[in-house]
Amino acid sequence: MTDVLVCIKRVADATGEVVLTEDAQAVDGRHAGFTVSAHEECAVELAVRAAHATTGTATVVTVGSDDAVDQLRAALSVGCTAATHVHADPTTYGPRDVAAELAEVVRAHTAAGRPHDLVLLGNDAADSGDFQVGIRLAHELGWPVVNGAVTVEVEDDDVVARVHASSGHETYRVPLPAVVTVLEGGVEPRYPSVPGRMRARKVEVEDRKPVTDFGGASRVRLRLPPPQPSEVQVLGDGPGAAPALVDLLEQLGVLR
Amino acid sequence: MILVFLETEPDGLTETSREALTLARGLAGESGGAPVDAVLVGAPSCPADTAVEQAAAYGVRDLHHATGEAFDAYGGAVWATAVEAVCRDTGAGVVVAAGTPRGMEVLAHVAARGGVAMAANVVAAEGSGPLTVTRQVMNGAVLEDMVLDEDPAILTVAGHAVEARPAAEPGAGRLVPCRPEVPGADLVARVVSAEPPPPDLSGDLTSARVVVGGGRGVGSADGFADLLELTDLVGGALGVSRVVTGNGWRPHHEQVGQTGSRISPDLYLACGISGAIQHWAGCASARTIVAINTDPEAPMVTRAHYAVIGDLHEVVPAVIEEIRRRRDAP
Repeated sequence: MTDVLVCIKRVADATGEVVLTEDAQAVDGRHAGFTVSAHEECAVELAVRAAHATTGTATVVTVGSDDAVDQLRAALSVGCTAATHVHADPTTYGPRDVAAELAEVVRAHTAAGRPHDLVLLGNDAADSGDFQVGIRLAHELGWPVVNGAVTVEVEDDDVVARVHASSGHETYRVPLPAVVTVLEGGVEPRYPSVPGRMRARKVEVEDRKPVTDFGGASRVRLRLPPPQPSEVQVLGDGPGAAPALVDLLEQLGVLR
Repeated sequence: MILVFLETEPDGLTETSREALTLARGLAGESGGAPVDAVLVGAPSCPADTAVEQAAAYGVRDLHHATGEAFDAYGGAVWATAVEAVCRDTGAGVVVAAGTPRGMEVLAHVAARGGVAMAANVVAAEGSGPLTVTRQVMNGAVLEDMVLDEDPAILTVAGHAVEARPAAEPGAGRLVPCRPEVPGADLVARVVSAEPPPPDLSGDLTSARVVVGGGRGVGSADGFADLLELTDLVGGALGVSRVVTGNGWRPHHEQVGQTGSRISPDLYLACGISGAIQHWAGCASARTIVAINTDPEAPMVTRAHYAVIGDLHEVVPAVIEEIRRRRDAP
């Protein structure tokens, strides 16, 4: 029976125009909407599968603003059965702070008789792209960590994680408890069903206040890169442009 | 002193490691000519002598080579132990790596152990104690200015954010073997088996010199036949957009973008790709981008260096025919 904790983060949807908040400390998603990263959607799917396969549980957690409960409910609607919300202003914390708070959640649940065997996270958040919360959490807990897994399966007392590397696929086998960060691509996240949405509404979310002093992200400010004027050189229209394009390939020295 | 974690390929140092060395050398200059050392862990994929020679050309004084059975198989924690040991022994104030999955993972372990900040995907850095860095966030759509005022300052360099340039005066290039002690806990998370990549044209997207990309405009799984032929002709790797993997036309390991591979080829030939921000995050580091698209206003076209306006299913066969015609010409 594997009890999995899966960590998600509410981020601004960046498929449209990116707008910064007035204090230049965050991306303003009020008009574009909010979501979680694709890596985290896969982490939730893997958490639910691991829990079901072992008749365990999948708990979802976030460190974020009050509105982040929307993302927790979305995870509950696809199979997580419990949720924990650490209420915090995301502009005030950095990856060290998030890792410390997540570690406190693991410790608190353990003390309450709900220990987690496995913690899953996205490999990196779609907004900050810090690439380090999972590793920092593992160090906080003194657990082993595998990064960039596309599949995760629990076998006996181990977690087997498959990682896509430049040299092919690498497999890690790590004893539980462990931390694994997940990359999109190994599983297809399921869509919430109507009963799933109904069930998610009724789940009581555990609310927590941060227990550590946030140190921040060493951020001075965010800024938008200067707009790049289009300098595209159009080689032509349709198949008639083929000679010009092949000339370019020859100039670049990329033809064998 | 500035320490750079290096990665290798059969020909020597990876391009992104050379870029990291170039950024480190620039920082060293700002610190009044601080030395730049480098660290290599385990059995490099090129001869160690080659790595030393190339590192020296980029201004490296000492190349610390951590060897021992514990480092033969890659493991983020155990390789970080080697970097951390060299950092401690040399008193490095700044640790730099390329912003590759391995560079990110190893330095994140070093940062976590030291309890210091890490800046990922840095595009510019200046100053010394504190260091001010600018890094890419939100898929490169936003820049973040950060101050790294802890010791050591740890950062990874975004691909092609810096042009790799050998030093005006080579470094001493001394090979310094070392055998750091490895705690047993670091050996827990290691590779237990590896499979070769599938026999297709995706190759190693992250190090390919040419990438041929296909997007929604390809239209179907069968529509990739011409792109695969062109990929083979140019000796490149095939990369696709998220729409393509989402539709099941091609496997996910070929995906380029924020949640796929970040590529930095000499040429990216983007066919039928609109250039959504998530895809742009993965390909913006290409040196030259050529877009083939029916829509002249598509972001991929307006951001590209060169474009052909037209249906890829008409243009690509014509390009293939032209390449073959020139090859067959006497």
